[in-house]
Parts: sequence; structure tokens; C-alpha cells
Amino acid sequence: MASVKFENVTKRFGGFTATEGLDFEVGDGEFVCLLGPSGCGKTTTLRMMAGLETPSEGKVWIGERDVTRVHPKDRGISMVFQDYALYPHMALADNIAYPLKVRGQPRPERHAEAQRVADVLQIGHLLDRMPAQISGGQQQRTSLARALVTPSDVYLFDEPLSNLDAKLRLDARGFLNHLQRDMGITAVYVTHDQAEAMALATRIAVMDRGRIVQYAPPLEIYRRPATTFVANFVGNPPMNLIEAEARIEGGQLHLQAPGLHLAPLPVPAALATRAPGRLTLGVRPEHLALAAPGAANRIEGRLFANENMGPETLVTVTRTEGEARLTARIFTDEAPRLSGAVAFGFEARHLHLFDAEGLRVPGDGE
Amino acid sequence: MTDHLRQFLGRAGFAFFTALIGAIFALPLVWFLFAPFNSRAELGLAIPEPFSLSNFRQVLENSFAIRALGNSLIQSVGGTLLVALAATLASYALSRSPLPGKRAVTYVLLLFSSVVSGSAAMVPIFLMITRAGIIDTHLSVILVFAGGLLPTAMFILRDFIDGIPRSYEESAMVAGASPVQAFFDVALPVIRPGVVVVVVWAFVNIWGSFLIPFILLRSAEKMPASVAIYSFYSEAGTPIVTLLAAYALLYSLPVVLLYLFVSWKFGFRFFGGIKA
Repeated sequence: MASVKFENVTKRFGGFTATEGLDFEVGDGEFVCLLGPSGCGKTTTLRMMAGLETPSEGKVWIGERDVTRVHPKDRGISMVFQDYALYPHMALADNIAYPLKVRGQPRPERHAEAQRVADVLQIGHLLDRMPAQISGGQQQRTSLARALVTPSDVYLFDEPLSNLDAKLRLDARGFLNHLQRDMGITAVYVTHDQAEAMALATRIAVMDRGRIVQYAPPLEIYRRPATTFVANFVGNPPMNLIEAEARIEGGQLHLQAPGLHLAPLPVPAALATRAPGRLTLGVRPEHLALAAPGAANRIEGRLFANENMGPETLVTVTRTEGEARLTARIFTDEAPRLSGAVAFGFEARHLHLFDAEGLRVPGDGE
Repeated sequence: MTDHLRQFLGRAGFAFFTALIGAIFALPLVWFLFAPFNSRAELGLAIPEPFSLSNFRQVLENSFAIRALGNSLIQSVGGTLLVALAATLASYALSRSPLPGKRAVTYVLLLFSSVVSGSAAMVPIFLMITRAGIIDTHLSVILVFAGGLLPTAMFILRDFIDGIPRSYEESAMVAGASPVQAFFDVALPVIRPGVVVVVVWAFVNIWGSFLIPFILLRSAEKMPASVAIYSFYSEAGTPIVTLLAAYALLYSLPVVLLYLFVSWKFGFRFFGGIKA
């Protein structure tokens, strides 16, 4: 086990900057998810940890060692690839035992070790099959077994579940979570699936256009997103963002937007010294409820879509003509037959405020 | 009913026509199989009567022609090994390395190779080989063929290797393998079907070539079969059909055997990448 540290790491491909000034640390025994949309630089970051890419600037540390220019084989890492990279000409036993073969272990011993790991992953009965003869889920576990067969300082995962169907993905996710709890490994896990990141990570690094926008434990990211980008990326469905006109009057913050009825708020300390102008108001779908008539804080709109997901229903309304939509997640049992005008109520403590640059305005008690 | 009839006649006509074309192409092959066993074979097709091996007996007495088969083997195997080895390493490097302008290199080589192995460059090649002091050696033939075939072989293989995910070697290196280990353990077995294609193609090319060995070789004991086959022509230049047929059959056997071996051993199959 070891920590990983990035010191001001920039990676350019020709004229394209994949990551810029990355500065962060993955603690010993942490499970960190790099989360972001495609093209945000998360896979490049992982590949620089693995040594498959060399940073254009900056340094990469694993434990106490500067590994910036160290070959992948000498980094003490294991990696699971998105396409699994199982060797098609080797049986599963040889695939799993390959890292041991490279380390010069004799065949009987390394096969015994492969058997032990494969049994843990419930693929022990498949060891004499070829990779093409097993299912996608089994291939995924084989690649996991190959990564786990040698003790490594850091385990790297490059979207290992993205090629699985939904049911298998949940199974594998639960299994990875269990594994992390069981073994306490240091792991860095790349994903674009926020639910996967929330479920697995001890800390999430949300990335956007080559930079880390927020690096915090999952609940912190969920409760206090640092920017509108994070707010919009984490959560399912994502946070509702409402552009609002803000002014301070009589020591209180007044927010105005189409369809929005909001009692004046106390002025956050950060806004006390400057005129707020425009603010973005955020409220998560699960914090909206169908409003009682005349509720103090409410948002009104016309019904756009009503999606029943089983226990919950997603209700989407349009606040104005056009695109200004708002989604609420409410219990199906509490959802009456809706049509026409709909109003959602919410509590002021569930509001998030972002300034004109999209940065979070710290609220009380933060 | 007339529709059915027309359809039937149409199909019958088509079948007859294709059968005719097939027969036209099959006739020389049938001759090729029958004539060697016919002691009175002529250019016309005839069933051997009696079935005899006397043609082969006479061919075997021609020690020049028989030694030539061995020479063909030396030159073809030598050239093929060189092409396969160099093309595999070169195309792997061209496919995987971030060399700037590597595409241009392959295309320029490809362009020149059609000149090198063609007759246009025969004079300079002859002069170069003479200067190098290796005229009239197996080596000269092997080198010239390797030079001529390499670019195309590299082109075929590079395309093949480009289609193989890098994650194979990357996962091997992360697992602790050096680049060389990753190449031999993981990349090469996956590339092998492409190498086999190149081996067969290069072998057939060298085995059947006449011009280059004819020009680069002097001594009779180094001539390959493609040249020696002319020893079954009379002084006047007319072929001795019986012996020519028997020798031609012997001459074609290694290529047939190579195809059978490759198809049995590798089945011209490709391991695709594995993806869920």
C-alpha cells in the first residue's frame, strides 16, 4: 500500500492540453474516483499514474518515490482496463497468472495462486477456458483477478464496469465495494458514472476540461458542490439550476426568476460586500415536493413529463416557454394524477447558491 | 405456369454457363494432374493409359533440376524468414511508436518497392550486387527479394497491428513485463495470424520468381527450380511435355504443402480482440 501524489502535472498532446496543473494526493488505503465527462482528462490522469503516459510537466509520486519517468513495470501497480485486455491466446489460468510468470514464479505455484484468486472471484471453475469462451461479466472478473493476483501498492481501474449490462454492473460494483472494505487497498478508479463514484469512493475528484474542480468525500460533493458543473454532474437526475435576479434589500437577499416564489433569505457573508447581480439557484430533485397551495417557497410550472420509475416518480415541468425545465423526484405513492399547472415546494436550507462564474456561494454553517 | 418455366430456364441457363466457365478453368488443372503420369503426354488432355511413373524416373535422373528444387527451398525459406522477421519488427515499431511521419515512410517505401522488385531496376541491382561481391550467391537472391517484398509486407502487417488494441501490451507492462517480454508474450501471439499471411505470401512470391535469380546467378548448381525448368526444353526451344509436366508437379508441391500446413495449423483464422 502506498499513497499517490501529483505535483502540478500537465499533459499536452500536440496542441491539446489533456490535463493542466493537477495537484492532488491519494492517501494510503483510499479509494479515489476520478469522475467526469468524456474528454475531461480522467483517463490520461490514470495512465500517468500507471506510467503509460509521461507528463509534459510536473511530477508523479508513488509513496516516497518520484516515478515520473519510471517504466510501468517498476511502479508496483496493477491495472484493470476498460476492454479487459485479456490475452486471447492464453487460457484463463495463464491470463490471471501472467504477472506471476513475469516475476519468474514456477508454473505449478503460479497456477495455484491463480486458482486461489479465481475462487474468491467465483471463476475458479473456468480456468482452462479461453477468454473468448466466457461471458462479459466473467471476462471482467478475470481481468480483476489478474490485477489482484500480485500484491501492489496501488490498484488502478479504467472504467472497468462500463462494458457490462446494468444488472451485472450493480453486482460488480457491490463486489468491488466489498473488496475495498475487505482488503483496504489503495485504488484509483476512473468513471463517468456518478452513481458508481458515489457508491465506491472514499473521495471523488470531479474533473472538467483537464482540471480537478472539486476533490472531496462523496457526501460533501453531493451536499456542497463547489461549482454548477459539479452540481449538474453529480446526482440522478442532476441538480436543478435556476438563473435568478438577485438584490439585497433591507438586509435580506431577494431572488427573482420566472415561476419562483421565494421568501427573502439572510445575506450570506460572501455576498455582504458586493452587489450580487445574477445568481444561480440550485435545488436537488429529491428536495422538491408537491407544494401545498400558498406555500411560502415554491416554484411553479406546467407539466412536461411524468416518468414513473416504480417507487419514485420523476415529474418535470417547464417554468417558462422554452427550455427552462425543472425536475422533481417524489414518491409515487404521494403523486396524484398531475396535469396543467404544478407547484413544487422546498425548504430554504436545501438551496444552493452559485455566483455568476458558477462558483458556490458558501452558506451559513459551512 | 409460364413464369415458373421462365424462372427454371433462367436458372438452368445460368447453371450451365457457370459450369462451362468452371470447366474451362479446371481443364488445365486436370491436365496438370494427369500429364505427369502419362509417358506419352501431349498438350491435349488425355487419361494416362497405362498409368506410369516413368516421367518422374527420368526427371529424377536430371540432377541439375533436382538440385534446383533444393536451391529454390534455400532461397525461398531464407528470403521468407528475413522478410517475416524484419517486417514484424518494423511494422510493430511503425504501428506503436509515436514517430512523426511514419505513415509517409511506409507509403514511400511501398512506392519504391514496386520499382525494386520490378525489372526496371534490374541493371542497378545487378551493379550493386556485383560491387558488393556477392554476385552468384544465394545471399544475393535472398537480399534482393527481401528488399523488394519488405515494404508490402510491412504495409500489410502494420495495418494488422494497428487493429490490435494497445491495451494488450500495456496490461502486460503494468503486470511487470519489459517491452521485449510484452512483445513476445502478448503482442506476437496476437499478431501471428498476420505474420503467417506474410510468410505464405512471401514464400509463394520468391518460389515462383524467375527474373531475379536468372540475372543474379551464374553457376548451374545454384539455380532455383523456376530457372531449371527450362532444362526440359529441347535445343530448339520446344518443351518436352512429359518431363515438363512431371517437374511442374514436383515444383508446385512445396507451395501446396505450405498452404495445407498453414491451414491445418493456423486455419487462416484471426484472434479478434475480446470485447463484451
